[in-house]
Amino acid sequence: MALSNTAKKTLGESLRDQGVSRRGFLKFCAATASMMALPPSMAPAIAEALEQARRPSVIWLSFQECTGCTESLTRGFSPTVENLIFDVISLDYHHTLQAAAAVAAEQAREQAMHENDGEYLVIVDGSLPGPGANPGYSTIAGISNLQMLQDTVAGAAAVVAVGTCAAFGGLPKADPNPSGAVALSDVVKDKPIINVSGCPPVPMVITGVLAQYLTFGTLPELDEYNRPLAFFGQSIHDRCYRRPFYDKGLFAEGFDDEGAKKGWCLYRMGCKGPMAYNACATMKWNGGVSWPIESGHPCLGCSEPDFWDAGGFYKALSVPIGDSGDVLLGAGATGIAIGAAAGILSRRKTAAAKAEHEPVTADELEQKL
Amino acid sequence: MITSMDFLLWAKGPMFQIAIAIFAIGTLIRLTEIFALGRRHNYAEARGGELLPGLRTLYKRFHTDPGTLKRAPFDVVVGTLWHIGFIVVLLLFIPHVELIKSTFGIAWPALPNPIVDGITAITLFGLTAALIHRLMHPVKRFLSTGEDYLIWGLTFLVVLTGYLAYHRVINPYPLALGVHILTVEVFLILLPFTKLTHIFTSFVARWYTGASFGRKGVQS
Repeated sequence: MALSNTAKKTLGESLRDQGVSRRGFLKFCAATASMMALPPSMAPAIAEALEQARRPSVIWLSFQECTGCTESLTRGFSPTVENLIFDVISLDYHHTLQAAAAVAAEQAREQAMHENDGEYLVIVDGSLPGPGANPGYSTIAGISNLQMLQDTVAGAAAVVAVGTCAAFGGLPKADPNPSGAVALSDVVKDKPIINVSGCPPVPMVITGVLAQYLTFGTLPELDEYNRPLAFFGQSIHDRCYRRPFYDKGLFAEGFDDEGAKKGWCLYRMGCKGPMAYNACATMKWNGGVSWPIESGHPCLGCSEPDFWDAGGFYKALSVPIGDSGDVLLGAGATGIAIGAAAGILSRRKTAAAKAEHEPVTADELEQKL
Repeated sequence: MITSMDFLLWAKGPMFQIAIAIFAIGTLIRLTEIFALGRRHNYAEARGGELLPGLRTLYKRFHTDPGTLKRAPFDVVVGTLWHIGFIVVLLLFIPHVELIKSTFGIAWPALPNPIVDGITAITLFGLTAALIHRLMHPVKRFLSTGEDYLIWGLTFLVVLTGYLAYHRVINPYPLALGVHILTVEVFLILLPFTKLTHIFTSFVARWYTGASFGRKGVQS
């Protein structure tokens, strides 16, 4: 993938080579500015910075993942400017997309690391077997994921964890976590990490993060999970177009009932929108066509840590995790048994006291005095 | 580092199971113990039934007599108001109905959110007024113990945290919801061991009073 002649071009030159008009480019910059909650006056600054930016070298590591994140980022219905931006970063290593294989592929990674030491970006999708786990669960070219990550990250400017698996461990880390999977942040401690969570993440979010990095040379403002606040600052619930139905108390209770047909709130169907922070409700999917809730399915909360283990997908957010009914039955039976035993014990005590009771007369008492 | 989501999942998961286990064991120990105490056999001839007068008294104690209402209008009105508010919010708020459905397999129609929201606000005002009255009234203040203030605080916190979570005042939401669930769990754990047991025992006591009066053939 590493094309040394295009690597020297600026982003502006590369985009023009690919037939992106100035107008299209500026539109992208304005959208990026508004997406990142920057004032509109920043759009020209972004355009200028992006024009001049050299294509950064990006090494993309895929560990325990399903390729869904790559699919999300590369598949569009039409080639959008953000796709092209993505095309014109110097993606020097990416299993799924690179033509090179085996030794040549690994050489490309090492070359990119060597030539751009301290400046390249590392993007990771997928979790990896942690330091205490059997490294054999996931290896590339005979190198354990952990080893490859540590080697690659050592000279990186920043690390971007793409997808919930890389950001939080995701599906591989779900209970019982057979491969001892950990998130990127569990093993990378000395480099800035940006988590772009989601299963998969919204494509515009990753291009937005890259645009910010290219424009300002800085990383975006992050939330408590190191996610860019511009995209993960608001919950699905607060941005949901079905929110008025929640507020009015109108809920779908089945996938084909009256409420579902009328497009009412999906809370009772298990929607995790109230606790999920992501940009789906505003940016939507497939070029703004739709998004899960618009297509009638509750939000799974896929951008949140441990979403696989956060109760059933189709159970309301308020439903506790675990079998409360069984616990109540067991505890109730125990309570009755202990209570009954205590009752029997106190009855016995009373009976024993009665049996031992010796009546005394007033005379007897007087004699004792 | 413990994140807000870790906290929520702990509160919704293992901690909830612990809380309901303590609640069920504690409550049933106390109730079974009370029932197992039994009563000495009454050899006197019964002058009336027990069941119906018992049930009648159960109902009549909610229906305060005019004398009590005249003597303590604040206690009757505000006390009734926030108790009903609490029960309505507990049993008729949609997320609560979903919780009950998942635990017991039974469900009933819920109230629309804005109505529950209004009732919650009234309940919070009622509880606040009740506390102020308790502090201002010399007799009530004299009679109040630390436990009274503890269970007032718990009840108030349960309602307040729910209200704040619903209105999404605290961010991030998993923290707000987790705090609400945790306060409910503390409430459930302390319920069997404090005056909160009246949630169950008041019905037993009222029925028993009515039944014993019924047996004697007098009105209660």
